[in-house]
Amino acid sequence: MKPRIEVLAACAVVLVLLLVLPDVVRPYYVGLATKMLIFALFAMSLDLLLGYTGLASLGHAAFFGTAAYTIALLTLRGGVTSWVAFPTSLAVATVTGGLVAVLALRARGSYFLMITFALAQVVWSVAFGWRSLTNGDDGMPGVPRPDFGWSLDGATPFYYFTLAVFAVAALLLAAIVSSPFGYALRGIRDSETRMQALGYDVWRYQFVAFVLAAAFAGLAGALYAYLNRFVSPDDLHVIQSAEALIMVILGGAGTLFGPAIGAALIVFLEDYVSSMTEHWLMVLGAIYVLVTLFAPRGLVGLVTTHLRERSGP
Amino acid sequence: MIALAVDNLSKNFGGVAALAGVSLEIGVGERRVLLGPNGAGKTTLFHAISGTVLPSSGRIGLFGHDITRLRADRRARLGLARTFQITNLFPRLTVLDSVLLAVGGADGRPLEPLRPMWSYRRRYDQAHVLLEQWGLAATARRIVRNLSYGEQRQLELVLALAGEPRLLLLDEPTAGLSPAETARVVEMVQRLPREMTILMIEHDMDVAFELADRIAVMHQGRLIAEGGEAEIRADPRVSEIYLGSE
Repeated sequence: MKPRIEVLAACAVVLVLLLVLPDVVRPYYVGLATKMLIFALFAMSLDLLLGYTGLASLGHAAFFGTAAYTIALLTLRGGVTSWVAFPTSLAVATVTGGLVAVLALRARGSYFLMITFALAQVVWSVAFGWRSLTNGDDGMPGVPRPDFGWSLDGATPFYYFTLAVFAVAALLLAAIVSSPFGYALRGIRDSETRMQALGYDVWRYQFVAFVLAAAFAGLAGALYAYLNRFVSPDDLHVIQSAEALIMVILGGAGTLFGPAIGAALIVFLEDYVSSMTEHWLMVLGAIYVLVTLFAPRGLVGLVTTHLRERSGP
Repeated sequence: MIALAVDNLSKNFGGVAALAGVSLEIGVGERRVLLGPNGAGKTTLFHAISGTVLPSSGRIGLFGHDITRLRADRRARLGLARTFQITNLFPRLTVLDSVLLAVGGADGRPLEPLRPMWSYRRRYDQAHVLLEQWGLAATARRIVRNLSYGEQRQLELVLALAGEPRLLLLDEPTAGLSPAETARVVEMVQRLPREMTILMIEHDMDVAFELADRIAVMHQGRLIAEGGEAEIRADPRVSEIYLGSE
């Protein structure tokens, strides 16, 4: 099905709003909006696995954090420029994704979830435990913003840089899920045995989906290291993976742009709630329960169901 | 020429022999029906031929290739298609998208991650032709989960046919269907090109005798009788285990 005119128009409106945003809000919110874009990308990368391929991973932060740490280590310990560090971080996240995929794709369902969780904990424990290299749980402060010939030190320039990266990545992801490859992923989600009987090499599709998801998660992680100028084991933690899962489910798994909305909402709420109480995770848990009870297909699912009911069968 | 050659095939599940040395040869263009009571090993034989389970011993040849240990998707690319006894479709996709996947699986280029699906005009044309041909055109935009059971069984068949297979395995295509729906499926099978080889599990005797060139009867993991309608009807062992003894 060709993209509908309403969808294209909505994307254009959102893009214009995102472009003028730094002119209308305070600098603090420019930083927050940057964080929203980064996590939107992170959640969309996970949706490729959860919503399209039907693989629930509880280790997606491993790739996010691996890329962030690669940036920090290369620039702080290795002294290389961002021309090298940025692409290398993506390569490292992608290769890590390939290794995890080879191990995790031997299992399905909750076993897949447990293996991805365990492997991500291994990565986390390296960052946490290897103090001489990573400073352990103190993290690594002072990661410089990338310098591609113009300064990204201010909130607004870095916001535009992130927006540009996000837009390109979102377009790529949208192209991937609209392609025969993306259709095949949905087929695999619904029935692996049927896809095999139709001649599809299911493992190869799942592997490529996993590696692609890891690469896009790495891209988000690299941006996050630059945004904070800081990396810590929290970037790799299972809570980060679980939060991404909730972003996807809240927005609507298998809708690509739903998880982006879910991510923006969660980032905003976390910021808002954290200014009042320390119990953000409790609020997050409550949100998760409410969504599974009342909007199992996410916010996007809620809207489309409503529209369908209004327009009749 | 031999389409399918099954040679002394066995499969043990724990201590149970689901298949105990089955040998079977089906010529190109033949329509063969497998009969047998529940637990006779018919579906296990189908799974072994289509690659869902690996046999414990024995060999399977498909148009001269040894496929005994080949992955299921590779067998599909050699021209083997199957339907499932328990409906196995894409519940959350539309009928059209399901058929597009079936057409694309046969098309055979790998992955194709960047060009949008809607630009593959030829696949859409093929999918629409198939839906038109098999009476599902009106359901194209519907979600598979919302189809009636009869429509889902028809779609099972259409998905298997999309790749223009040389050997088609049908696992109880009429199970659970009303007489009218059964007649429709029988008519669908009769309309298939004569050069397509068909191996079919069927419990309905009338359907079996109507569609089959030859019939093979299985019992307790073995093939106990093979022949045309008259021979099978006359065979005392078959009457005893399957048609009911007097």
